[in-house]
Amino acid sequence: MKLMIVDDSNIIRKKIERSTEIEGLEVVATAGNGVEALEQFPKVRPDIVTMDLTMPEMGGIECVEKMVEMDPNVVILVISALSDKATAIEALKKGANGFLCKPFSEQELNRAFRELLGEATNG
Amino acid sequence: MDETDLKVFIEGATHFFSHMGGEPAEIGTPYLASNCNSEVKGFTGIIGVTGKRRGSVYFTAPSVLLKVLLITLGEENTSHENMCDMVGEVANVISGNARKDFGSDFLISVPIVVVGRLDKIVVPPELRSFVVPITWKSYDASLVIALE
Repeated sequence: MKLMIVDDSNIIRKKIERSTEIEGLEVVATAGNGVEALEQFPKVRPDIVTMDLTMPEMGGIECVEKMVEMDPNVVILVISALSDKATAIEALKKGANGFLCKPFSEQELNRAFRELLGEATNG
Repeated sequence: MDETDLKVFIEGATHFFSHMGGEPAEIGTPYLASNCNSEVKGFTGIIGVTGKRRGSVYFTAPSVLLKVLLITLGEENTSHENMCDMVGEVANVISGNARKDFGSDFLISVPIVVVGRLDKIVVPPELRSFVVPITWKSYDASLVIALE
């Protein structure tokens, strides 16, 4: 399974990469904003994407919408500090599959991956 | 800004350090600041706020706190660039978490990071600015909230 990490913080990108304990899940690309992510997306075709929301150039909500247009089967986990319900609902409406609030622990991240990948595998 | 608003940010800071920092931070008694430049501790992450509320949120910390925080997060590279990233991310997470209480009309910018004294960035005098002292692992930082 291929993972793409989108976040404007290099520290958070590396934390997600280090924290991922799912067997067979490999980081194939990272991006610091939505524009970079959409450039790389068709080249690497990730199975799952972690997506920050507040980023320069292009934010996460718009990026989620465009990614889903390019690949309706992609699984997107939004990881954001924006912790209000309306934002989570908007992200889900645009096509995200899950929402994890920052700050997050390794356990919370891996639990979210397992839930989403389990759902994707089981249809 | 009132005490209820202030409590939102104090809870955000407490939550951040408990969750990401491995141990809770001690929060000191908040006070009104007339000159926030005196609170600057080396690295400052600034979040601009627009929408329902207007103003800024600052998280300012010395390099030693940011280095220890990076190492606690498993990041061995404590470069200047990563310290800038870290201070901006703390400001971003505390401000973003405030939307749980303030709602989605509390619009936040991406972080702006300033290193050194904030000679040119001052909190508008018409805003009541609160300083929240934070001590984590014996290192002092400050959260400065200046909102309409």
